[in-house]
Amino acid sequence: MSMARSKHLELIKTTKLYGDVKAVDAIDLTIDEGKYVCILGPSGCGKSSLLRMVAGHEVTSSGDIILANKNITDFPPTKRGTAMMFQNYALFPHLTVQDNIAFPLKMSGMEKAARYKQVDILLERVQLKSLHDRKPDQLSGGQQQRVALARAMITNPQILLLDEPLSALDPFLRTKIRAELKQLQRDLGISFLHVTHSQDEALALSDLVVVMNEGRIEQAATAKDVFNAPANEFVARFIGGHNIIETDNGKAAIRVDRVHLGRKSYASLPVSIQEIEFLGARVCIKVIDENGREFSVDMTDEMFFAHSFEIGASSFLSWEKEDVHQLAA
Amino acid sequence: MDPEQFCSGFRYKRDRTSIMKTGKSEVVAKAAQKLSWFLVLPLVLILAFFLILPLVTIGIVSFWDYNEWNFFPAFIFDNYHYVFTSHVTLATYLKTLKFTVLTWFFCVTIGFTVAYFLAFHVRSLKWQIALFLLCTIPFWTSNIIRMISWIPFLGRNGIANSILLEMGIIEAPLEWLLFSDFAVVLAFVHLYALFMVVPIFNTMMRIDKSLIEAAHDAGASGFQILTNIIIPLTKPGIMIGSIFVITLVMGDFITVRFMSGGQSASVGRIISNEIALLQYPAAAANAVVLLSVVIFMVAIMLRFVDIRKEL
Repeated sequence: MSMARSKHLELIKTTKLYGDVKAVDAIDLTIDEGKYVCILGPSGCGKSSLLRMVAGHEVTSSGDIILANKNITDFPPTKRGTAMMFQNYALFPHLTVQDNIAFPLKMSGMEKAARYKQVDILLERVQLKSLHDRKPDQLSGGQQQRVALARAMITNPQILLLDEPLSALDPFLRTKIRAELKQLQRDLGISFLHVTHSQDEALALSDLVVVMNEGRIEQAATAKDVFNAPANEFVARFIGGHNIIETDNGKAAIRVDRVHLGRKSYASLPVSIQEIEFLGARVCIKVIDENGREFSVDMTDEMFFAHSFEIGASSFLSWEKEDVHQLAA
Repeated sequence: MDPEQFCSGFRYKRDRTSIMKTGKSEVVAKAAQKLSWFLVLPLVLILAFFLILPLVTIGIVSFWDYNEWNFFPAFIFDNYHYVFTSHVTLATYLKTLKFTVLTWFFCVTIGFTVAYFLAFHVRSLKWQIALFLLCTIPFWTSNIIRMISWIPFLGRNGIANSILLEMGIIEAPLEWLLFSDFAVVLAFVHLYALFMVVPIFNTMMRIDKSLIEAAHDAGASGFQILTNIIIPLTKPGIMIGSIFVITLVMGDFITVRFMSGGQSASVGRIISNEIALLQYPAAAANAVVLLSVVIFMVAIMLRFVDIRKEL
């Protein structure tokens, strides 16, 4: 595989302006072939605009989008080699499952028999064969999602773009479909570009997590690096699971499961316990120090029951030096 | 038939079934049933007095007998016999159907285009509302005034003919502009086009914009999106508008009289003439036949499109 081929999708100073507002501000990003990439950020950070520019549903104000060595910046959606799965699936309510999936083929003028043959193969893959003549409103959320996925896949896109694909599902189904998405991506071997505001989703799925804020990329790294070594305070706060502390060298992050309560060590801080949340295998405790700064402590239930932590009690918060991760200013 | 009553009748049916479903135990079900009867009572009374009672009266009177100055209770089929054997009946129905089909065609074309423009081309809600209100301005005056105002425009020495003569496009005034079938259809379209715009616009506004985008993403051209997505999804709105237009035109008597200058007949005019001659039983029989024809037409239309989701 040549170098050029493994660099699959490339964004070069890609910018989206709405009037004077920079929704996406000169983003540079390279995505290798066959990767699951999540764009993570709060609402209004420009992640959806970025995805829609890649899809061709939004005009790119300036900069370039390169897919498989082709500059697709100004191509119409069908000529790009991209396919998009919409947030609410955007299934055509008047068409059956079969016709929904066959829709892109019908638009390209393919004969009915030929397109149904292709649809059958995909229906088999997403396990919806028995439901082929149902209408979308007769399907469950998870089934609708799979139809939307099949419709996006039928054109054999080089990259699949997913706009918050799991947000319309209930939490239980979300975890299940999440695993299916990852499995499908591995099977197909194409890149998935998945926009989400859920940290869990991004960490669970991604080969590459791109954290965005105010139209810029704050950090683009593996899930492990984003979580263990957040680049700055925004990433540390947004990805969650971190306490932010002030040090002599500026701000630093410490994972909530690496701070200890009721044990003195490298740095210890007198605190009082504010709140205790029992989460099953883990217990989350909120504490407050003399200056009113809040910290979260995450411990195993074993650890929690070994001590007798109570709301209002005083204790010590401590952490090891190597767990302090210095943040960029 | 009044379209409003038609729609509310539909709603009444749906509400009742949904209330019936809720009760679990028998006591609760009975109480719920009582309450539901109580809730539909006002509507039942209104429909009974203003729809059922007049219809039943017309039905009864249609079997009565009449002479030159009076009509009186009887049970004869002469009125119907006359309706079904008179050669005038068929000719009049054909003429009325012709007006209906032409009016419907132009109303659908105009209504769909205007609604499409408002729903898909006007981007801001503020402009959509403003332009929509603009469409309704002509409806602030009465039907008759709007109809009559065509006369000075279309007449032999009217504005249209003067302009065409002045521009040298024609040499003699066009005679068919006024007091003709053309004038009748023109007036109908003018009067009823909005009845098509409103339901179509309403349906179009409910089409999820992401569907258009999804179709675009799937490679559909603008025309393919129109024929594959927008028209199928707008069908219920088109059907509701069609029911309005068809029922209004089928029952009309005044527009045909004014705009044809008394030269064209319509079923409504026959009925109105018979009433003027105090031949109430004959008029009633004609009305019953017309009502049956219109209900039959609407029933056929409803077979093709499920409009219940729109109500």
